[in-house]
Amino acid sequence: MDAFTTHTGTAAPLRRSNVDTDQIIPAEYLKRITRTGFEDGLFVAWRKNEPDFVLNQPQYANASILVAGPDFGTGSSREHANWALLDGGFRVVISSRFADIFRNNSTKAGLLTVVLPEADVEALWAAVEADPALPVTVDLQTEQVTYGSTTVPFTIDPYTRWRLLEGLDDVGLTERHLDDITAFESRRPAWKPASLPALPTR
Amino acid sequence: MGQTLAQKVYEEHVVRRTEGEPDLLYIDLHLVHEVTSPQAFDGLRAAGRTVRRPDLTMATEDHNVPTLDILSPIADPVSRAQVDALRRNAAEFGIRLAPMGDRDQGIVHVIGPQLGLTQPGMTIVCGDSHTSTHGAFGALAFGIGTSEVEHVLATQTLPQYPAKQMSVTVDGELPPGVSAKDVILAVIAEIGTGGGQGHVIEYRGSAIEALSMEARMTICNMSIEAGARAGLIAPDQTTFDYLAGRPHAPQGADWDAAVAHWSTLRTDDDAVFDREVRIDAASLTPYVTWGTNPGQGLPIGASVPDPAGIADESDRLAAESALEYMGLTAGTPLRDISVDTVFLGSCTNGRIEDLRVAAALLKGKKVDAETRMLVVPGSVAVKLQAEAEGLDQVFTEAGAEWRGAGCSMCLGMNPDQLKPGERSASTSNRNFQGRQGKGGRTHLVSPAVAAATALTGKLTAPADLETAGV
Repeated sequence: MDAFTTHTGTAAPLRRSNVDTDQIIPAEYLKRITRTGFEDGLFVAWRKNEPDFVLNQPQYANASILVAGPDFGTGSSREHANWALLDGGFRVVISSRFADIFRNNSTKAGLLTVVLPEADVEALWAAVEADPALPVTVDLQTEQVTYGSTTVPFTIDPYTRWRLLEGLDDVGLTERHLDDITAFESRRPAWKPASLPALPTR
Repeated sequence: MGQTLAQKVYEEHVVRRTEGEPDLLYIDLHLVHEVTSPQAFDGLRAAGRTVRRPDLTMATEDHNVPTLDILSPIADPVSRAQVDALRRNAAEFGIRLAPMGDRDQGIVHVIGPQLGLTQPGMTIVCGDSHTSTHGAFGALAFGIGTSEVEHVLATQTLPQYPAKQMSVTVDGELPPGVSAKDVILAVIAEIGTGGGQGHVIEYRGSAIEALSMEARMTICNMSIEAGARAGLIAPDQTTFDYLAGRPHAPQGADWDAAVAHWSTLRTDDDAVFDREVRIDAASLTPYVTWGTNPGQGLPIGASVPDPAGIADESDRLAAESALEYMGLTAGTPLRDISVDTVFLGSCTNGRIEDLRVAAALLKGKKVDAETRMLVVPGSVAVKLQAEAEGLDQVFTEAGAEWRGAGCSMCLGMNPDQLKPGERSASTSNRNFQGRQGKGGRTHLVSPAVAAATALTGKLTAPADLETAGV
């Protein structure tokens, strides 16, 4: 995972609530077994069917910060949604509320999700609609979103922040505690089920 | 202060707790399917890691599998490559796999309970949001992404933070023709798709206690549609009776020890929930969705809502765009909406009781001439059971299509899809735009409403059939 410290780019205003992961990337793109190259599936139905969809507008085509309505990333747990956003050039998604699994997947994939109050999202929408070229800075070190003369603080749990700033891989961190895992396993009740040996349906 | 059921299960699985870091939570069972796992196995290989506990891991093929001609190679080369990748990975890492054609194959959330691998008090994960299904047994079960799949494969643990606690209490008796599906659609309509965000929901109350295990699975399955991290129900005698004698259920002295522990898995009287929701079972009627998220549902007797009457701006915009996508006009009675396709199946409603309910309504009758009905059992075992009971004949004699097991039209990763503009009544869990096929329009319904709708070609409650003379 790439480390995330600070990012400055332009922002696309996605004035929709309940953007589910089927909209971010439809299931047909999930048949691939690679981890990159999902940009062609990103919001593909809206890009194809809605000429005025925000990412079809040239002034937002190169945006790297997505500013979305509430309940972004609901539905399927597909991490392909996070990969597609990264592959499509986004480093940050801002919303007033994210679905839990999407947000969690983002912290693993290196996509920063920033929760701002709805009023601050509205203000940012208005600002980038008035000036699509307006640079927006999302600084994870200072936990601030800055554009024009406006600075809005955000919070993120300190552990996730540290992990993103360092670009650390979770598996490697957990492997430091293998002794704890082994000790826990020795205490598990014997009646807990195991899939092996296989006992098939009768 | 006492603990909730979910807190008890969570605390029993904490491997390591340190100030300023997430807890490390042990995972008792990791279910794997072909769609969200290939990149995780690649990650293991790249890092030279192995699967720590193949014996706590179980894989199956479900999302991509065709429901016709299932013993031939999959025609779609991309789907076939993904299924082949799972087969190679399972062989290389020593993981049990129930492939197409196997008696244990089926939707991952149907086979876990069926095999007795899903038990009370466990932690269960899968790279699939409907893992919440297993909460019906009093397990803490939740969906994860592919990076976390890799983490669990490598370490059998996950870094986690404790969730907030929500209770949904459903007291009273459900009216005839009203099912678990209607309960959960009503809950989601009430609290919204983000209402459960950050929470684990415990479903409780006399109406929940009266439900069968399969009905409890339907409710827990759609917890994610309310935004919850998981949903669960305290285990009781119904749970133990369901589990007894299943292939992987404990036996003899182990069974007694397990039941003794499972019986402690209840929310303490003095436990405090962060949020409480109450629903009167007697007030419920069959629910159907009219929009493009599962919170956009109403009793079947209602009409398509007028977005102009919705105060919240983002909800109003969402309703406007949903009506446009769905091709619906405000004020239209939901019962006047005609469908092209009825889909009975999925991890929500693809179990034997669901098929029995639908078959009882279809028996001796004919599916509407303009309507296609697809019946897709949730697993091979469900299919065989239905065939042993003669349900397949009821469906085919009524004019429905009897198919092989899999996820099928719930998300259309196999050839079972809606065409653009086609409308379905579906017992699945998501009515998102394009979910069942590009341009397809989905109304979520219960198995009983699905069967009644198949008979009339319009959204229909089972109680309407008599009036309609069908």
